[in-house]
Amino acid sequence: MTVSHAGWTDELARARLHFVTGKGGTGKTTLAAALGLALAREGRRVLLIEVEGRQGIAQLFDTEPLPYAEQRIAAVPGGGELRALHIDVEAALLEYFEMFYNLGFAGRTLRRMGAIEFATTLAPGLRDVLLTGKIKECVGRTESDGRHTYDAVVVDSPPTGRVVKFLDVTKALTDLAKTGPIRGQADGVVRLLHSGETAVHLATLLEEMPVRETVEAVAELDGADLRPGAVLVNRVRPPRLPARSVTAAADGRVDASRVRTGLASAGLKLPEDTLDALVEETVEHAVRVAAEQRAREQLAEADLPTLELPDLTDGIDVAALYDLAEALTDQGVRL
Amino acid sequence: MTTIDIDALLDNEESRVIVCCGSGGVGKTTTAAALALRAAERGRQTVVLTIDPARRLAQALGLRELGNHPKQVQVEGFEPKGELWAMMLDMRRTFDDMVRVHAGPERAEQLLQNPFYQTISTSFSGTQEYMAMEKLGQLAATGEWDLIIVDTPPSRSALDFLDAPTRLSSALDGRMIRLLTAPAKAGGWGLRKVVNAGFSMFAKAVSTIIGGQLLTDASAFMQAFDSMFGGFRERARKTAELLRSSGTSFLVVAAPEPDALREASYFVERLSSESMPLAGLIANRTHPVLAKLSGAEALAAAESLQEGDTNAPLAEAVLRLHADRVELAAREERLLARFTRAHPEVALAKVPALAGDVHDLDGLRDIGVKLAG
Repeated sequence: MTVSHAGWTDELARARLHFVTGKGGTGKTTLAAALGLALAREGRRVLLIEVEGRQGIAQLFDTEPLPYAEQRIAAVPGGGELRALHIDVEAALLEYFEMFYNLGFAGRTLRRMGAIEFATTLAPGLRDVLLTGKIKECVGRTESDGRHTYDAVVVDSPPTGRVVKFLDVTKALTDLAKTGPIRGQADGVVRLLHSGETAVHLATLLEEMPVRETVEAVAELDGADLRPGAVLVNRVRPPRLPARSVTAAADGRVDASRVRTGLASAGLKLPEDTLDALVEETVEHAVRVAAEQRAREQLAEADLPTLELPDLTDGIDVAALYDLAEALTDQGVRL
Repeated sequence: MTTIDIDALLDNEESRVIVCCGSGGVGKTTTAAALALRAAERGRQTVVLTIDPARRLAQALGLRELGNHPKQVQVEGFEPKGELWAMMLDMRRTFDDMVRVHAGPERAEQLLQNPFYQTISTSFSGTQEYMAMEKLGQLAATGEWDLIIVDTPPSRSALDFLDAPTRLSSALDGRMIRLLTAPAKAGGWGLRKVVNAGFSMFAKAVSTIIGGQLLTDASAFMQAFDSMFGGFRERARKTAELLRSSGTSFLVVAAPEPDALREASYFVERLSSESMPLAGLIANRTHPVLAKLSGAEALAAAESLQEGDTNAPLAEAVLRLHADRVELAAREERLLARFTRAHPEVALAKVPALAGDVHDLDGLRDIGVKLAG
């Protein structure tokens, strides 16, 4: 019934750059935030990055939309700190231009004219190169004492369908000039993304489509020589039925008279139609548990460390993020 | 709270197009297919345009591959009063076909071979949305079906398909491309004098970064594309008109989850500001409580079984899973009530979750029954 928790491996504990991807609707933003909080325990400083312009992090932490600047978003027990950054592609491109060409005032005008959106349309790879370039800068930045500014960086990444394209900077570079400023920096990005410092985690639910996308994404990551990290199974609900009853119940076979006797001994005498309805609920539950079990078996094919996060009936608020972070810590998440 | 009268919507001969929209993963495709099946069985000549159906759903509709043209659903024992046709969108082919229609054979081949075209037709974010709307326009223009049900792409935002045609147009139509590609065309920086210095600096910067070859390709593409642009824009305008017409209804599909309902709220507001006709919200995959027994009572009984001497693991499990369900249903009700308070004018249909995946027409028919209440 249960899957063995390989948990967080030593190899993962060595990674400093964590991408969290997943099919839409699997909760990757939530899990990226929870992972950031979990890694920031014991006085660490972690940066949580958003790249898709959705302001999902601000919504999650119930704050104003994030600017293009690193700012503190949560304190973590033990003196740790989580900061957040929303990378704005246009601003990042202007930042580059400012570095190499003195555009000054013209830069802002160009932005208003939509020139930058146009440039990134012309070369879609440019967008990804800019984003990953900024991420690398954050990972590599050091303070005056020579220590890294961030102990870890967590990126709420594009969904599974696009993530390999996003991370496969080498390929995106074919869009770009063979020399030039961005090119030079991109070589460093490629080295970082393919190194042991980077792990790509996959958020999933125990449902057919998300699991299939996860397995496909793992193969795709392997094919691009990128390193899949852990599978983060989100919204796991407790199986209530004894394991041996699941298959029969999923087939519609629930021993109603045994339920009735059991309920009676708890002092519950229910009308026949209520009992029938309880049996129907039980069958539905069993069908779901059986489907989840098949999903787990399919996930096992990916052969990756697997961590499970509970379904929180009251929904996700800031307090719930800390609960999820604790669940991750309990399963070995550490730096 | 009012309820959507799904059957009245499907039976109304004035209903020509139903668009199912909502954020990803809420069951839009399945809902679209279930509505189409129900409409066909109630006598309509129906076609459903799906974007990216789950494999088993595609098989249920007899779609084994991307066809890009509707195929009639023919399954033994399936004899609808009307007809059911289905297709899966092939984004690239739809774009290619559109180019062929507008550009004439010779120029079309030139365009299709252009590397920049390949980028635009496969990677430009919004191309899928644009092509879904283009395909809808094509299906409507044939007049072969009297009801077209459209699924929308699993976009980052449910609103993308409304914006995609405009976004692609402005990307391909702007002064920008002319200015940027002019140097490549003229083989120099001939426009430097007429545009402001900042722009020419920018053009130079862009050219350093993305390389001369790409600009040359883009320039060639733009020259060939220019002549057909009017045609493209005209079609996008017609499709937008179709979406605003009285024969079109939008159904917003959402799971009873905060994110999906937030997205649904944006959508409802946007549709109303665009004067697009909203038929209602489908709250998909709800978990209504079936047994009349309170959660507290069930939990108390489960506790007493756990602590007592009687060994009744099955009964205890039944009580606990019932309590879980009561809690889940209460949460869903809270979320939906919040939505209804914000949008009291929006009619609602609740569709209880099926225990398993849909893998045949019977499954789709079940969902249709639930949709109709």
